[in-house]
Amino acid sequence: MNFDPMIPIWLQVATRIKQQIVTGELPPGSKLPGGRDLALQYGINPNTAARIYQELEREGLCQTQRGLGTFVTGSEEAVQKLREEMARRAVARFLTDLKGMGLSREDAIQLIQKEDEPDDHQ
Amino acid sequence: MITSNNLTKKFRTKTAVDGVSLTLSPGHVYAMLGPNGSGKTTWMKMAAALMKPTSGEVLYEGKPVGVESRRHVAYMSTEPYFYSWMSVKDVGDYYGDFFEDFSATKYKSLLKEMELEGAMKTRTLSSGMMAKLKIAVTMARDAQVYMLDEPFNGIDLLARDEIRHCILREASESKVLLLSSHLVEEMEAVCDTAVFIKQGKLIEVRNLEEMREADHVSMADRYREIYGHTEVSYNE
Repeated sequence: MNFDPMIPIWLQVATRIKQQIVTGELPPGSKLPGGRDLALQYGINPNTAARIYQELEREGLCQTQRGLGTFVTGSEEAVQKLREEMARRAVARFLTDLKGMGLSREDAIQLIQKEDEPDDHQ
Repeated sequence: MITSNNLTKKFRTKTAVDGVSLTLSPGHVYAMLGPNGSGKTTWMKMAAALMKPTSGEVLYEGKPVGVESRRHVAYMSTEPYFYSWMSVKDVGDYYGDFFEDFSATKYKSLLKEMELEGAMKTRTLSSGMMAKLKIAVTMARDAQVYMLDEPFNGIDLLARDEIRHCILREASESKVLLLSSHLVEEMEAVCDTAVFIKQGKLIEVRNLEEMREADHVSMADRYREIYGHTEVSYNE
């Protein structure tokens, strides 16, 4: 993974893990690597790795069970909430971008309707 | 774990290290930064008890560094220090004789990871292989403190991941790791704390994630701010 050195590394990896939770690559209840392994996997400082799990736990997206390790939340509801939250943010980013180009909300909606299914492009 | 108090080293015409007071605590990976000639190597050599300070002191676990601290502090210098007749295996044996904490098993697995073979003669090694050998033999110790002077020098882009991996594997709550490099970008994600040194003086010690969070600034950005127009090199 290539990092943007101006953005906290923990935030970048946490976002990646959230994406994996949302896409189901990391299914509910699945085991996450230990802190040290996470550090090695991403080539990051172990303190940064610890911070990632702290934050994910704080957001209720994973739980650490003593002696067993850290697991993705088993709650489908929490995953659904995360999905909605991430989608909402993606839309907000998209709208901000368009606004920067001088396009309105209505223009945005039109653009989305005009846009073919992305699969047709690939 | 390692503390330098008002540490100073003067050479005939130049003060290489100028009153540096610095504490390195276990559980951290430090990046020591500064342009060439800013005193990084001199500080490390004094911390490794390989050079005597002009004034001030370096303490390891509260006691002045010396024969005892050298048993727990692994130091990798920039200059090559193996006899040319040595094979890669000999280098390990040589280290094993010097350091009680040297693990032949660890050395073997590091060599494998670095794609080096015991039978290779050091004089036939490319500079990149030599750089890897230095890392392998240093990290094969089970030390409390690892100080690596320019660990990414001479190492091609692809092999830098291996080096990072091998450094991170040793990082733990009980150990200190200190890396110096002018390849600032290689250290952004690996280190948690940056020590900036300029003309022998300590400028500041910064937690990198805090710096990114609070000021939206990378280690390389801060480097540019401190050293002005000095080039930050990303490549050899």
